[in-house]
Formats: sequence, C-alpha cells, structure tokens
Amino acid sequence: MVSLSDYLILSAVIFCIGLVGIFVNRTNIITLLMCVELILVAVNTNFIAFSHFLGNEAGQIFVFFILTVAAAEVAIGLAILTLLFRNKGTINVDVTNSLKG
Amino acid sequence: MENIYLTIALAPLLGAIIAGFFGGILGRTATHTITILGVLVSTVLALIVFNHHVLEQGAIFNQNLYTWMQIGSLNVSVGFLVDNLTSVMLVVVSFVSLMVHIYTIGYMHDDDGYTKFFSYISLFTFSMFMLVMSNNFMQLFFGWEAVGLVSYLLIGFWHHKESAVEANLKAFLVNRVGDFGFLLGIGLVLSFSGSLDYMEVFSSLSTTVGVELWGLDLITVVCLLLFVGAMGKSAQVPLHVWLPGSMEGPTPISALIHAATMVTAGIFMVSRMSPMFELSDVALTVVMIVGAITALFMGLLGIVQNDIKKVVAYSTLSQLGYMTVALGVSAYSVAIFHLMTHAFFKALLFLGAGSVIVAMHHEQDIRKMGGLRKKMPITYWTGLIGTLALIGFPGFAGFYSKDMIIEAVHFSSLPYADWVYYAVVAGVFITAFYSFRMFFLVFHGESRVDHHTAEHLHESAPSITFPLIALAIPSAVIGYLTIDPMLFNGWLDNAITIDAAKHASMTELSKLFHGAAAMIPHALQTVPFWMMVGGIVAAWMLSLYRTQWADWIQKTFHRTNYTLESLYGFDRFNEIVFVDGIKKLGNLLWKVSDMGLIDKMAVNGSARLVGFIGSVIRPIQTGYVYHYAFFMIFSLLIILTWVLFAGDNPLLQIEF
Repeated sequence: MVSLSDYLILSAVIFCIGLVGIFVNRTNIITLLMCVELILVAVNTNFIAFSHFLGNEAGQIFVFFILTVAAAEVAIGLAILTLLFRNKGTINVDVTNSLKG
Repeated sequence: MENIYLTIALAPLLGAIIAGFFGGILGRTATHTITILGVLVSTVLALIVFNHHVLEQGAIFNQNLYTWMQIGSLNVSVGFLVDNLTSVMLVVVSFVSLMVHIYTIGYMHDDDGYTKFFSYISLFTFSMFMLVMSNNFMQLFFGWEAVGLVSYLLIGFWHHKESAVEANLKAFLVNRVGDFGFLLGIGLVLSFSGSLDYMEVFSSLSTTVGVELWGLDLITVVCLLLFVGAMGKSAQVPLHVWLPGSMEGPTPISALIHAATMVTAGIFMVSRMSPMFELSDVALTVVMIVGAITALFMGLLGIVQNDIKKVVAYSTLSQLGYMTVALGVSAYSVAIFHLMTHAFFKALLFLGAGSVIVAMHHEQDIRKMGGLRKKMPITYWTGLIGTLALIGFPGFAGFYSKDMIIEAVHFSSLPYADWVYYAVVAGVFITAFYSFRMFFLVFHGESRVDHHTAEHLHESAPSITFPLIALAIPSAVIGYLTIDPMLFNGWLDNAITIDAAKHASMTELSKLFHGAAAMIPHALQTVPFWMMVGGIVAAWMLSLYRTQWADWIQKTFHRTNYTLESLYGFDRFNEIVFVDGIKKLGNLLWKVSDMGLIDKMAVNGSARLVGFIGSVIRPIQTGYVYHYAFFMIFSLLIILTWVLFAGDNPLLQIEF
C-alpha cells in the first residue's frame, strides 16, 4: 500500500529537482521553463495525494485548473522566448540581465 | 448717547474712506470739505459728550457694542468706555485734529498727495478716538497699532525722500519694541484675570496680591510691561529715537500726531490703568525715573538743534517726560492736565513752525532765519503765546500744569523723588532756554534770510493763521480755567484711582492750592519761576546780545557739545548693536544655519544618503532571473520554517 507520505516525498523530490534546476541552470531559458513545470507537477502531485487520502475531490479539480494555466504559461513563455531570441540572438540565461541595477 | 459716541468715531472714518477712495474723482475742495466736516461733527459731538459727562456729571457709559470674537470664556468686543477722562481726551483730540485739518488746506496746498493726506489724518483721528474710547485691552491695542500705522504712513508721506523712508522705518521698528512689551503685558493681564475688559480686570486685581513672577510682584511685571508699550508710543528714553526722526513728515502731522495726540497715548494709557499702577511702587518709581531722564536730557538736546522742527520735537520729548514723571508720582490728573495744555500749545508751536517753513520756502535751519517778526506778525504773536505757555510763564497754560507736576514731585514719597525734583526744576531752565533761543533766532535779531527768499517773505494764508489763533487762545487760558475743576474738583475722579495713603502728592497739592489766580503772585517766590527767567535771559544773551559767547561756549566745552550733538550716541549705539548686530546675526543664520545646516545637511544630505544606500545595495540587483528566484524561494523557506517551528504550531500536531 502506498501511503500519503510516499506521495509527499515523491512530490518533494520533484519540487527540489525543479528548484535546483532553476538555480544551477546557466545556459538555457527553456530548461528554466521546464523546471517551473516540474515545480507545478510537484504541487499537483500533492493536491491529488491529499485529495485521495482526505476523500475530497476539490483537490483534483484544482489540478485541472493548474494544468490549464501551466499550459497557457508555457505558451506565453515560449512566445517571449522566441521574441527574445529574435532581439538578442541568444537564449542564454547569463546574457539576459538587462534588469541589472 | 451710544449713537453719539459711535458717530464721533465713525464720522472721521467715513471722511477718510471717501477721501481715500474717491478723492481723485471728487477733487481737492470737495475732499477737504468732507473730511473737515467729518471731524467738525466729531468735535461738536465731543463737546456735547464733555458737557454731558464732565459738566453735568452724567453716568459712565461702559458697554460692548459688538462681539468681535468669542473664544471659550474670552470675549473680545468692540465697546466704549466713556467717562470724564475719555471726554477730556475726545475734546482735545477732536479740536486739535480739526485745527490741523484746516491748517492742512494751506500747508499742503501745492502737494500732489493732497487728498491722500486728508484721508490719512482723518483715519488717524478715527484710530485715536477708538483708542481713547476703548473699554478693553484688545480695542486699545487696535487703536494703538492703527495710530502707529498712520504715523508710519505719514512720516514717510514724502516717500521720494530717502531720509523720510528711513525715518518711518525707524519709527515703525522702535514702536514694535514697545508694542512687544505692551502685548506681553496684555497677555499677562489676560492670564491672571481671564478677561480683557478694563472693569473686569480692575475688579480682579486682588487675585494678584502676593503672586510673584521672575522675582517681582506679578502686578509690577504687568505694569512694567505695559509701561514699555507707553515708552515706545510716548517716546521715553531709550525708545525715544524715532520721534526726532518723525519730523521728516509734513508739519501738520508733526503737530497732530507727534506732539498733541498720538505720543500722548502712552500717558493716557497709564492713567487709564491707574488702579494697576497704584499697586506697584516699583513700577511707579521706574515710570518716574524714566520720565525724569527723558524730561531733562531730551531738553538738553533741544539746545544744540538748529532745525526748527527738531527743536520743537526735543521739546515735545522733554514735555512727555514731564507727563511721565507726573504719572510716576501718582498725579495722574496732573499728567492729563499737562497732556491737554501741551496738546494745545505744542500743536500751536508746530503749526507756527510750519507757517515759518512755508514762508521760508521749506528752509528749516533757524540760523538762516531771523527778524521774521515784522514780516509775519500773526505767526510771531501766536508763537510767542505758544512759547510762553511751553516755558510755563505765569498765567499761561503750561505754567499751571508744569508747576503742578513739579510740586507733585516735591511731595512724592517714592525713592529718588528728590533727584527727580532737581531734574524737573533744571528742566524748566532748559525749556525756557531752548524755546527762547529758537524764538529769538527765528523772529528777532538781524535777518539772515537769503536774498531771494526775503523778497517773497510774507504772512501765511488765512487757512494757516486761523488755526494758529484758534490754538493760541486755549494755550493762553485753558490752564487758568481748568486747573481748579480738573485737579481738585474731581473732573477725573471717576476714571482715576489713587491710593492716597501711600501716594500723597495729590492730597498735599490740594491743601496748598488756593485758586488759579493766587498761583501767579506766588510763583514769583518759587525756584522754577526764576529758573525760567534765567533761561530766557540766557537765551537772549547768547542768541541776540552777544552771539560770540555762544561760539566761545561751544569751543570751550566741545566735549559736552559733541555729546549733545551726537544725541548721546543713542542712534550710534542702535546702529552698531542692533542694526549691525542683526545684520551679522542674519549673515550667521544665512551661512551657517541656512546654507550649512538646511541646504547642505538636510536637503542635499538626504539626497546623498539615498544615493549612498543605493550604491551599496545596487549589486544585489544582478538582473539574473535565477538570482531573484533563489532569493524568493530561500526567503520563503526561512519564513515558512519560522512559522512552522515558532511556538505551538497546530500543523505539527496533525496525524495522518
């Protein structure tokens, strides 16, 4: 029997992979987007696990919303990425620091 | 009666408004007719009021007419207190003002500011009425400042003259010093009595007994502060410096404002406050000594002056000193008596001087006059009456008032009263000396008038000579007529309080007094009379008989002469200490406090501080998204950890 804590541990591991991916990745903005998706997936896993074990379907409804929003976000993110590449000729994370103070 | 009082005050105001706003449209004749009518109405009504209150002994009128403001329990009203003191002042002010109005027609005939001048002097008359009729401190202060304002405007009337502008600025500033004290005094009065109404204040005086402030009795402090105000307005040493300067203004206002009425406001005020001053011997002694210093030393300055108006101005200072001395020895009615006689004869002398100035084409140096007696007979004779009244020649108005002051000092039991007595007696010699020195130099002797002026020299127009004659009559007889009722038969008793047990001057005087006529032969046996004769003889010797003696004295006592000619250095002192001092203080504040502290430290400093902090924390903003994300998540982690483990978190107790 898979217990709730197993799910939570899995979710935490995915979350940490996503997090570390954001911090250590220095090359590619696409990787950043993928890491964000990983974090969202971790959150979704949490939602579903709690929903199942607490017997409340509301959590699963949330997951649908989050998936929709994440899809939209990725679409916009990729569009921005395309524009960025057109303007700068690169999608390297280290180059895109025009917000520097 | 209420309507009469209101009309007295408002008629000149109406005249002033019409003359001020519509003078240009109405023209000269209409303007002076309207303003003179306004003052004439006031004069007639003032005489009716005088008749009602003083001669028929009508009841005191004390009523608030209009509530100006009500703050908590403090009521500030416009109200009139009309008793005998007010009635006397009303008659004096309105009569002198009327004469000056008429005189102005002739004196300002060729001046561009003709209608403006009439507007100002009518406004002055209104302000002075408000001052003397007031029944509370606030209205008194209003009148006090209003006459000061008009005085300022009129001293600088010929504003194209730089000296006039400087003089009115000086008058304004020096009066501010006095007013500051006055206002503090009023504030103290308000704080101990909770009211500004005279009668309420006087009835709450008992609460001040035994209260101390700054080591003095409260009442002493109050009186001294009020007297500082009187010193400013009535030009007592050391706040006298503005009065000689005020002679820059046209002569009619010197007569009206700076001799007869406004400068006596301080004397009037102290008399009005007699219930307060009676409670403080210290304050009375200060008043007396300040008065004596002014009377003696300002008189001395009159000797060395050569400007005809300056001589009269210093004489005014000296006479104001005499009035103040009378106040100091609790002879308030004598002070008011001298105020009244002085108003007449000093206005006469000023207007006479103005008549001479007009005839001399605005030459004011008495060394360039002489022998005007034949050319200007009316001015000469009225001038003689004025001078005799001023020096206190037996029978003339000034004789009675001044003699009474000297006798009152004689009977005073205040400390230093004996010194003050010597000062005022010596003052008689000095008064006679400078008055007749000027009189002889102007009217007698050889003519030193330059050739061109001499050809046009003639008696002034009727509008000038009429006021001279009209003022000469009271200057001659008013003392004889009013001394008995005013001083000894209680004309002023319902306005003035004297603690007869402590200050016995008036009681002693009344024991000695045997009628006005009897004073004249008696005068021959007194010191002041012979001092006066000595003064006349000395003046005659030095200015007519042997003029070279005057030069010799001047050379031999050049140091004394220098002291007198530099006016004891008051002006120099003020210039060095106050003018330069304040300039330096201003520079200091400008450079150190404004430029240094405010500009450099506060304004630029805060800007620089923001810049500095910015430069320190700027590197944090790298522009890399993953740095921001790291900060966000790391901070969130810290916050969540803290929330989770701080205290008894119910989340930790959930079991699945």
